[in-house]
Amino acid sequence: MSSPSDVTIRSDLDIVIARTSARDVAKRLGFGAIDQARIATAVSELARNIFLYAGSGTVSVHLLDRLGRCGIEIVCQDQGPGIADIPLVMQDGYSTSRGMGMGLPGAKRLMDEFDLRSQVGAGTTVICRKWRR
Amino acid sequence: MDALRIPILKIGNTLITSIQTELHDASAVQFKDDLLERIHTTRAQGVVIDLTAVDLVDSFIGRLISDIGAMCGLMGTQVVLTGIQPAVAITLVELGLELPRIHTALNLEKGLALFQSKPEGIGHEQP
Repeated sequence: MSSPSDVTIRSDLDIVIARTSARDVAKRLGFGAIDQARIATAVSELARNIFLYAGSGTVSVHLLDRLGRCGIEIVCQDQGPGIADIPLVMQDGYSTSRGMGMGLPGAKRLMDEFDLRSQVGAGTTVICRKWRR
Repeated sequence: MDALRIPILKIGNTLITSIQTELHDASAVQFKDDLLERIHTTRAQGVVIDLTAVDLVDSFIGRLISDIGAMCGLMGTQVVLTGIQPAVAITLVELGLELPRIHTALNLEKGLALFQSKPEGIGHEQP
């Protein structure tokens, strides 16, 4: 599995860099315009969560090729405070910041597969995938 | 870092602005502040925000647009969003952000026509 894009998130400008590079990879992989927008938007939500709650972290984009199926995998990692109640943050409308609480559940809806793992005091990892139709 | 300012034009009683650059959070907030200030100084009755060139609206920008609509409403000015791309409409609804209180039009021309045909504003019937 190669990693064509790794972006370190430290500021709101890095959110733009992460979503732009994810969109570029999706385009190269042959995703249509609407799926490109879904992928870029999901990355924007996840990268913003890193910036808002952990301060810094990484977003990496991987190519997937399984049994002839082509896809994109986004891995977001931080060493922030972690999430104590994962079902709560996956609820629509739940937010501890001034956001709308759409970030995590919204990103999940935009992608095909979504896995969130977190340990309080150690950090959070989100892995999500989208397959080319 | 200074945010790149988005130009805001005035024609008659209407302000027109077209977002042509990739918005990062600080530039989006700057845009909201600039727009409200221009409404105050020009006493514009309507604002058209053209999104034809925007290929991504995430929850942050979506919330900001929703806030702009509410704030302009408090000031007595109405906002119309124009030119939302199909991919942006789809991702906004899938995110759960349907911007229910914001007026929209297919393109800039139709957005401007809303103000021209109803000088008292959208949603207000003429006597």
